[in-house]
This record gives sequence, structure tokens and C-alpha cells, in this order.
Amino acid sequence: MQQPNAQPMADGVLRETASQTAGPYVHIGLALDIAGLPPREQEVWNRLAGDQAEGERIEIVGRVIDGNGDIVRDALLEVWQANADGQYQPRFDSDAPFNSFGRTAATVENDGEWQFFTVKPGAVALANGRQMAPHINLMVFARGINIQLSTRLYFEDETEANAGCPIFNAIESPTRRQTLLARRESDDGESGARYRFDIRLQGEGETAFFDF
Amino acid sequence: MSDIENRRFVPRDRNWHPAPHTPGYKTSVARSPRQALVSLLKPTVSELSGPDFRHLRMGPNDNDLLLNFREDPQHSGLPIGERIIMHGRVIDQFGKPVPHTLVEMWQANAGGRYRHKKDQYLAPLDPGFGGVGRCLTDEQGWYRFRTIKPGPYPWPNDINSWRPAHIHVSVMGPSISTRLITQMYFEGDPLIPLCPIVQTLRDPEAVATMVGRLDMAHSRTMDCLTYRFDLVVRGELQTWFENQG
Ligand SMILES: [Fe+3]
Repeated sequence: MQQPNAQPMADGVLRETASQTAGPYVHIGLALDIAGLPPREQEVWNRLAGDQAEGERIEIVGRVIDGNGDIVRDALLEVWQANADGQYQPRFDSDAPFNSFGRTAATVENDGEWQFFTVKPGAVALANGRQMAPHINLMVFARGINIQLSTRLYFEDETEANAGCPIFNAIESPTRRQTLLARRESDDGESGARYRFDIRLQGEGETAFFDF
Repeated sequence: MSDIENRRFVPRDRNWHPAPHTPGYKTSVARSPRQALVSLLKPTVSELSGPDFRHLRMGPNDNDLLLNFREDPQHSGLPIGERIIMHGRVIDQFGKPVPHTLVEMWQANAGGRYRHKKDQYLAPLDPGFGGVGRCLTDEQGWYRFRTIKPGPYPWPNDINSWRPAHIHVSVMGPSISTRLITQMYFEGDPLIPLCPIVQTLRDPEAVATMVGRLDMAHSRTMDCLTYRFDLVVRGELQTWFENQG
């Protein structure tokens, strides 16, 4: 065999495999139902919390909007959040009442709206004794996005917790911090309160994205 | 919690990966942030942990695209195209295997057509081909798929843009910090250097990380050619001395 595709740097440490866009057909691989493919035995999808999950049941909806103000109708999102006690549950198990990980996608039928069903995460404790306000890590993939964009969703009705959150405040501009706030839109969604969180990829109100 | 907060990954080199704004790939122009990324100097448990898919129940053919889709279950036609095995290891930047991590892939059929509501390309669908696979890596980080070689396809970017034959590949790794989606291209394909999506990368060596190599040693006599494609995810640093005070 010729040289493997893994490329070493001068110090022998390997280069990370380069990222490429997930493209317009990402659903075939990661959201089969949206592509029109039959489901497999278990799929990873947008219901993080079942009926038995502890905590306040909520649903989160939103859109991804591009630099022209147009709705991105082919975005795929990944979700990573703590449970109501502020603990992550890494073990993915479709039969468990709660999973920390999920996926969702904008669809043309829904006019580009995505949604997921979960519980409101608890505050997450840090080793230094501080607390992070309740939040959800989101990663956005789509055609035209060369490497995923990572952000955090916070809750507008957690003003005090947000003000004390070291990560929320790591965003230097107070104006940009506001781009991470999900707005409570309704108290009676399909399952509990509904929050709306629009992600603006570019331009006015551009969402703050993280590098970590 | 404190243990995971001491975890550190090699910082992601944003000059190695494609920039968000790459005008040659036209769709990126309106879908790329203009503001700087907010750098988390001290990532938290929220970034340093991630899902473990060891208990995700999979079907027996989830990694075998020759067998895992039939438009009509009454018929048993195999997909059209060159039968191939795609295999490799998921390792980190220090060469350490990443075991039990989820690898997912999707692709067009041999004619370059995706089984997707939105794909209108005039090449026909193949009644024996779906185009999706997934598996977990083993203890040594190995993964394997059996499939057919996808065809190149034209796409609306420049007047005459063609995607080289490619397989989309998604890997989670040990944390959401290592999350990576890429594409595997095929060694020797003359369309690789012409592709505006490949050209989002500035460094030819970065392109080389995405090229699967013909692996004759693992090809199967009278059956399948094999391509080797290793996935390198961010390295986890072994020791970390916490900064006191
Ligand atoms: Fe593609």
C-alpha cells in the first residue's frame, strides 16, 4: 500500500482529517426520515426526553437564517445538553427516559423550522464551584457550511443564572450575548413550554459561535 | 466533573480546515459568519464530553450497503457498480485508536444519484441501493463498510462543476469537541483538484487527508476492491497540570 492518508506534522503529531461540508443530502446519512428512507432498528433523532424523564418538559423550535435573511431549509443540527439535574448522560440509549444527545433538521415542509423535544437542562456545576446557567450546546451543519458552527442556547427567563455564567460572559459584547437567548413563546406546546431559538449565520444579529 | 474538566484536546487548527467563507464554493458566501469565533480558553464539561453510542442497536447490515436496501423486498437484485470495501481506523492525532465510536457514511449510487427527495439529477435511482451506512469502531479503532463506488455528479456552482466520486463520512470521537464530518475521495480521481468544495482547503496536504487509498492487500479475489481511509480526530493530551491559583 502507498502512503496512508493520515498526514504527520513536523513533530510527528498527525494532522486532523480535514472537514468538508455535510452537503445538501446529509439527511440520507443522519436524518433518514427527512431523505425519505426507511428507518433502521434505532435512529438518533429529536426526542431527547420521554414521558418518564425528570424535569420540566419543553420543546425548542427555530430556524437557521443566512446572510441574505433567507431561511436555510437544509440545515441539520446536533444537540448536547445536561439533564434536569445538570448532569450529562453520555450513554446513548433509546430506551432511557432521557438522552443528552439528539439531532434535528430544518425541512422544506416545515418552512425551514426544526424542533426538538426535551427537558429544561439544570445548571451545570464547574470544578471551581461556579455554575453555568442552563444551556444546550448546538452544532449546525449544512450545505455551504465548511465546518460545523457551534453555539450555545441559553434561556431568556434565566436572567440571574445567565448573568453569573462564566461562558455566557466570555462573549465580550453584551449585544452578542443576546443572540444566545431562546425566547419563551408559549406555555402549551406539544409537550410543555415552547422556546424559540433562531440562528443567524451572518450579518445583523449574527449568532455568536464558539471555538473550543 | 473535575476529571473531565482537566481533559484537553489539541487545539483545532482553523487554518488547516476550510475557512467558513470560501467564495469559490458559492453557497458558503451567505452561510458563513462574519464575526470572529468566541474562543473558549477553558472549555467545560459541556464541550469536553460527548455521546457514547455503544448501546445504539443496529441492524446486521447497517454497514453493508450491498444488502441493506431493497426498493421492493420481493426482488433481490444487488446494486449496480464496482463492489468495494471501505475500511480504516479512527485514531487520534497521537496515533491512539478511538474504540467504539460511531462512524456514519452516505453516498450517491454508481450513476451519481442520491436516494433523496431533493436530488433531481437525471441519472436513475438504483432499486437495490439506498446509500447509507453506520458502524462502531472496534477495540483498535477499525471500521468497515461494504458498498459500491459512487459516481461523480454535476452540481450547480460554476457552469460546469462536478463533484469527484466521494463518500460522506461522519465521526463523533470521544467528545463533541472531536466531532467531524468530511468526505472520502478516491485516489487518482482527476476531478479532485477541479472541485470547488475540495478547493475550500488551502493546503494540498489537507486534501491528502481526505483521499482513500487503493488497498490491494485487503482486496478480495474475484469480489471487491478495497480502499483504506483512516480518520484522524483531535488528539487527547495525556497529562494536564492544572493551573493553581
Ligand atoms: Fe455528495
